[in-house]
Amino acid sequence: MSHWPLLSLITFLPLVGALFILITRGDGATVARNARMVALITTLITLVLSIVLWLNFDGSTSAFQFVEEHAWLGGGITYRMGVDGISMLFVVLTALLMPFCILASWESIQDRVPEYMIAFLVLETLMIGVFCALDLLLFYVFFEGGLIPMFIIIGVWGGKRRVYATFKFFLYTLLGSVLMLLAIMAMYFYSGTTNIVTLLHGSHFPPAMQIFLFLAFLASFAVKMPMWPVHTWLPDAHVEAPTAGSVILAGVLLKMGGYGFLRFSLPMFASATDFFAPLIFVLSVVAIIYTSLVALAQEDMKKLIAYSSVAHMGFVTMGIFTLTQQGLDGGIFQMLSHGIVSSALFLCVGVIYDRMHTREIAAYGGLVNRMPIYAACFMVFTMANVGLPGTSGFIGEFLTMLAAFQVNTWVAIFATTGIILSASYALYLYRRIVFGALTKPSLQAIKDLSPREIAILAPLVIITILMGVYPKPIFDVTSVSVANLLSEHRQALVIDQAPKIAAAAQHKETAR
Amino acid sequence: MSALSAQLPNDLAVMLPEIILAVSAMLLLIVGVFRTDRAMGVVSALAVLAMVVAGYVMLSAGSGSASAFGGSFVADNFTRFAKVLILLGTIATLAMAPDFFKAAKIDKFEFPVLMLLSTVGMMLMVSANSFIALYMGLELQSLSLYVLASFHRDSVRSTEAGLKYFVLGALASGMMLYGISFIYGFTGTTQFTGVAAAIHSGGVGIGLIVGIVFLIVGLAFKITAVPFHMWAPDVYEGAPTPIAAFFMMSPKVAAMVLFVRTMLIAFPGAVDEWRQIIVVISVLSMALGAFAAIGQKNIKRMMAYSSIGHMGYALLGLAAGTTAGMQGVLIYLMFYLITNAGVFVCILLMKRDGQQVEAISDLAGLSHKRPVLAFSLGVMMFSLAGIPPLAGFFAKWYVFLAAIQAHLYGLAIIGVLASVVGAYYYLHVVKVMYFDSPVPTIEGRLGARMNIVLAASVVFTLGFVAGAAPLVAAATTAAQALLP
Repeated sequence: MSHWPLLSLITFLPLVGALFILITRGDGATVARNARMVALITTLITLVLSIVLWLNFDGSTSAFQFVEEHAWLGGGITYRMGVDGISMLFVVLTALLMPFCILASWESIQDRVPEYMIAFLVLETLMIGVFCALDLLLFYVFFEGGLIPMFIIIGVWGGKRRVYATFKFFLYTLLGSVLMLLAIMAMYFYSGTTNIVTLLHGSHFPPAMQIFLFLAFLASFAVKMPMWPVHTWLPDAHVEAPTAGSVILAGVLLKMGGYGFLRFSLPMFASATDFFAPLIFVLSVVAIIYTSLVALAQEDMKKLIAYSSVAHMGFVTMGIFTLTQQGLDGGIFQMLSHGIVSSALFLCVGVIYDRMHTREIAAYGGLVNRMPIYAACFMVFTMANVGLPGTSGFIGEFLTMLAAFQVNTWVAIFATTGIILSASYALYLYRRIVFGALTKPSLQAIKDLSPREIAILAPLVIITILMGVYPKPIFDVTSVSVANLLSEHRQALVIDQAPKIAAAAQHKETAR
Repeated sequence: MSALSAQLPNDLAVMLPEIILAVSAMLLLIVGVFRTDRAMGVVSALAVLAMVVAGYVMLSAGSGSASAFGGSFVADNFTRFAKVLILLGTIATLAMAPDFFKAAKIDKFEFPVLMLLSTVGMMLMVSANSFIALYMGLELQSLSLYVLASFHRDSVRSTEAGLKYFVLGALASGMMLYGISFIYGFTGTTQFTGVAAAIHSGGVGIGLIVGIVFLIVGLAFKITAVPFHMWAPDVYEGAPTPIAAFFMMSPKVAAMVLFVRTMLIAFPGAVDEWRQIIVVISVLSMALGAFAAIGQKNIKRMMAYSSIGHMGYALLGLAAGTTAGMQGVLIYLMFYLITNAGVFVCILLMKRDGQQVEAISDLAGLSHKRPVLAFSLGVMMFSLAGIPPLAGFFAKWYVFLAAIQAHLYGLAIIGVLASVVGAYYYLHVVKVMYFDSPVPTIEGRLGARMNIVLAASVVFTLGFVAGAAPLVAAATTAAQALLP
């Protein structure tokens, strides 16, 4: 298996599918049908390959695996791919969510179907590339390139205010990212390479420089994450995006920020990470409490889930910056779990949106009477969103809070109130939509899940519960890499503080 | 005298590509006069042939450096890189022009001849290594361009554009000449290398600085850097569209390369003095290009402001003043020229009821009826905005990298922020094509020649990410020829 360029295959296979769609000819209906089929088959093959990747992954080492290297631009910039325990599961997550996106768009997208499928397949290539890239410039190309298909997806197939939302999304993200680009250039200039492996192990930036580099990377990742107060693009983008677009936004794009912190900020800017950790804690806690309160007041289902995403990402940043094994493991788990759960929630919203064409919470009520299967699925995801033990949401929140408690009790206490708030808004949403009497005449004829919709939601229910009761396979992958990341972080700190300690010792010496 | 005549065959051999083009221009003038009917097509084809031959002769001469006419004219990898770009720009213009000229009933054979003459001027500019040679090349180019701007002589807009261009261009040339006279007065030579040596031994006096400032004003005018940009949107809007496209491609590349050569070869000793000016005009160009383009309704005007902004980015590389900076400038110019060629093919296709239309809103809903065209223009807009994985991103990468390496952090930060503002209006074009509801679609058809230009441009834009290595390497060797 090792001589196969598996990562490149996973990354660029969707692009091949997109080319297939591009060359199919025929009348409108045939082309649309073919485009859907090609997209589904391509994403399924990618998923199978990513599972092969997981099965062949060696969790006992923290080294990068499946490494590929080819000449690219010259001057130390190479095409280099590889995964470790931190990135591998995000590749699987992306590949897992894509078939659901295609299926969810099967009937709801009727306009310009081939273009839609091409946009999604290109987006998949770029997203998987982000998690596989082992070269800074290559990472940036994938990271930023994803904006183009997402801009088109929201802008063409979005809701009423789609133009405003998509411009806001694009320009917000671009503004953050260009600052990171300058930081990448500075790192390249300083160390002479963009090879991430070398930068992780061989290079060391002076502490003063780290501060600026950290801030520049923070500008990009905080917007992508999104962290309070730069989260305002997210509710707009989510509300206007088509269902599958929301799924990808919540499921994968938001994870790039957290992944970026783990891959770059923590190991490469160790002392700056320590320096800024209190700031991140404050922002995380504000995000958890403030956006939970905002979510409570929402009238639009998608907006509510969008704000809840911001709150959940607050747990992720809090966990990551505790710099403990539990915190990082929990942060990664929380990202994966949120990737599944929030995607599933958006799919649930999509199900009733396709029937009623409104996202107003007030337009629904009493759905359990007509849609029992839907109500059951929705309940599982609501509980997972709350963090009920036995669902995937619990493990991540519990571990991150445990870690926060060890580091800073106040942070943990405030974060805990967020859990209570999340229970309130999620259960309140569920009550308003599903329970109560079915009084609204428009809902009298609403149908329960179709086989296609069951095929979408059932696997996600299973995964949510499976991750909640048996999280071991995931920690098997992540824990060694996380432990290694933390030990390298500590070593880097020692190097940073060495001149200070030496200076202090010398000071003592001279005083004597 | 005898030494000079002994040198002559060698000197002429170094200049052979330029000589081929100049002679062809004169011959084609005769051909055009004798073939009065439909002469433009034949003369255009022959002009393209002449440029291909000249390009081949130039590239087959080897990769060494040579100088001629007592060091006034040099040919090295740097000039060759720039000349290939210039020839490509001219060929692309000749390929996209005939349909437009036929429709406007101005298909006269003087057009390709004037294009050839201005190309000779540009190639002389690029190779100029003394102020006299510089001025000669510049004026040969400019005078041809003034005529070209007013080529549609029955159109008020076109003649106005030509006149405006001429008056302001003459003013700029005058200022430059004034500056050159100062430089000559205070250094005693017009050779770039001689000036550099004089500065090295005698330092930078106030008179010399006055000369440099006036010289920069003239050059900034030619590359439409702010605050000497005012003429550009009017001239580009008024001139016939293929000629506006030409103005934005080859002459800008030539002027930029000339700018770089002059500053780095003649004034390396005064780098701290002129760098301040370059930084300021670079910042102003990037900012004005970004903000002023937002309000534009006419796509040619928008592209004019966009071009001003892009010159600002290219100037970043000059401000860095290093080999990496030169490499950045060359890659940037390559991206800029090829992308503009593609964009202008799309603009030329904007026809409705047989009339050329130029409003951005005329593109509304283009993606419904003309998906290939909309896709091509969309790709180039994203590339101009500098979004990876398209060519424009890598062009920006190399110039910003040079700026960072030269510790111009403030300039780099302002530059990337301006690029975010600039992204807005490029995205606006994509928005109009993809998100807006369709208006009666534009009906211009792609001819075979235009098709090639557009396809080449799109392939370059999309394929740069995969096949960039040889182009980057070529730019590196070219930059090393200028600054070893």
